[in-house]
Amino acid sequence: MSASLLEVRDLKVHFPTPDGIVKAVDGVSFRLGRGERLGVVGESGSGKSVTFLTIMGLITRPSAIIEGEVLFKGESLLERSQDEIRLIRGRGIAMIFQDPMSSLHPFFKVGSQIAEAIRVHEDVSRKAAFARAVDMLRQVGIPRPDERARQYPHEYSGGMRQRAMIAMALVLSPDLLIADEPTTALDVTVQAQILDLIDRLREELGSAVVMITHDLGVVAEHTDRVHVMYAGKIVEAGTREDIYYRAHHPYTWGLLQSISRVDEQRDRLRPITGAPPSLIFVPPGCSFHPRCPYVMKECREVVPPLVVEEDVHSSACHLSVAEKKRIFQTEVVTRS
Amino acid sequence: MMFVLLVISLLTFVIFFVMPPTDPAVNFAGRAPKQETIEAVRRHFGLDQPVPVQYGRFIKRFVLGDEWGWPGFGFSYTTKTPIRVSLLPRAWVTAQLAIGASVIWLIVGIPIGIVSALKRRTFVDRAAMGFALFGVSAPVFWLGLIALYIFWQKLGISAGTGYVSFGDSPWQWISHFWLPWVVLALLYAAFYARIVRGNMLEVMSEDYIRTARAKGLRERDVIFKHGLRSSLTPIVTLYGLDLGLLLGGAIVTETVFNIPGLGPYTIAAVFRGDLPVVVAVTIFGAFAVVLFTLIVDVVYAYLDPRVRYT
Repeated sequence: MSASLLEVRDLKVHFPTPDGIVKAVDGVSFRLGRGERLGVVGESGSGKSVTFLTIMGLITRPSAIIEGEVLFKGESLLERSQDEIRLIRGRGIAMIFQDPMSSLHPFFKVGSQIAEAIRVHEDVSRKAAFARAVDMLRQVGIPRPDERARQYPHEYSGGMRQRAMIAMALVLSPDLLIADEPTTALDVTVQAQILDLIDRLREELGSAVVMITHDLGVVAEHTDRVHVMYAGKIVEAGTREDIYYRAHHPYTWGLLQSISRVDEQRDRLRPITGAPPSLIFVPPGCSFHPRCPYVMKECREVVPPLVVEEDVHSSACHLSVAEKKRIFQTEVVTRS
Repeated sequence: MMFVLLVISLLTFVIFFVMPPTDPAVNFAGRAPKQETIEAVRRHFGLDQPVPVQYGRFIKRFVLGDEWGWPGFGFSYTTKTPIRVSLLPRAWVTAQLAIGASVIWLIVGIPIGIVSALKRRTFVDRAAMGFALFGVSAPVFWLGLIALYIFWQKLGISAGTGYVSFGDSPWQWISHFWLPWVVLALLYAAFYARIVRGNMLEVMSEDYIRTARAKGLRERDVIFKHGLRSSLTPIVTLYGLDLGLLLGGAIVTETVFNIPGLGPYTIAAVFRGDLPVVVAVTIFGAFAVVLFTLIVDVVYAYLDPRVRYT
């Protein structure tokens, strides 16, 4: 127990809307150890961002219904007041976002914005904080950081802004860094640099990293464990090898078949048919069943629980383990 | 800026001098004038000259000043007095009204907008927006008269209509001014409250506000440092333009409260066909707007780093 940094138990986040209740997150449980690298994969609307925004206490819509438990270093976060959570944000858990273009305040100097993050949590002078900000900018690989710290975000390129965001997030050496699609808005060449940077700093600081992404390629290289999310639930969880070489859930198979790889001959990519379900009228039984090629009668009626099948590898699917292995070997691997 | 003013002066000149509804010379010459009197007047004021020459003289007088000082606005055909002497004191009175009112509407409008945005969809928000709707819809002449009736006639806490200069009696000055300030400000305060509310709501859903929260800032700082900074910057533009426009005369307010500003002066000049006064007031008003636009641009560049160096 002592090893777990973050523990989430049966987290539910529902948003009442005029059309019905949107079940953005519907019963998510997991545990994350210190220094661990977790990848969370899923399509848009699978609840991956909402899960972690909730953990950060950044769901600001007052009507949101949040249930379950979130323990950070053994302390419950959801019951705390905004002012108590505030002290954990930035220092204990930091977060970087998808779009670095709009995530920095356009009216303040980059260095001041980083310095502000320091001064929220530590009683240091403006000048000392700014000096540390400059130092952090250097660490994230911004050339001429003295000069750059005095510039405004619009004078930075997209990749540089994301570096600045990383600097801001990591300047207080948080125990946990949540990166919400940190490279989606960037050029492919810059993406790799940013991911390598996050990895390098993670090792230096010993922070745990949660990488939220819809790109399995990112997960492959930069995570140890992977959660696959679908319609507000975790449908498969395991080590990255489990997910890549022994996937058990038909949705994961679909994701694997829809990525292109250079090491294998592949004529064409196979997209997952159909569209993600409405989060208001989630299909009964397994929420993936309308799109699943292996659907059985049971799938339409009973919600499959997330069960551990081998070691840490677990999936939420009614197919038997033997069947899953057979299908993966005969259909997924050969076809892909 | 100078170019804009030149174009405005040319347009007003052409409209009022070349296409006049009345003949200024006939107006000036008095009741039942003889033909030679009219001719003499025409010659005296150069109205017999070609239009470009008249315009050149008009610009020269304006830029270099005339026998009554700078800027040379010319000579009223109706009152037969130099315009500058009556225009400048009136402009000063209007400026007092406009600036006083603008301070009130900023003080009232901006906080209402902020509170309204932060307490969205609550009773406070509804009440504030109800007030805003009332303020925007209520006509100033009606509001002014009602306010005079209540605060002057019934309660006696306003000194009523008219104007007393600050130098003569500071107490009388404020007693006369506070009601027109409030009445004029109400319209703008309502409008500003709506704009600030809209801006604030938009800004508070921006990604950088989420970033500010994510680094653990106090909600107070998130709102007042990060949120307000972005939502008030566009207000600067609005404020500059509104103030510039008002300096050209708050016609209705000045009329209702019998304040000797530019508004009633302009109206009277228009009705009497006193063309030089109309032109002078127009150019003065245009100058105020252009000047404030320039000030806004400079201030904006200071506030928003993205518009610098361009």
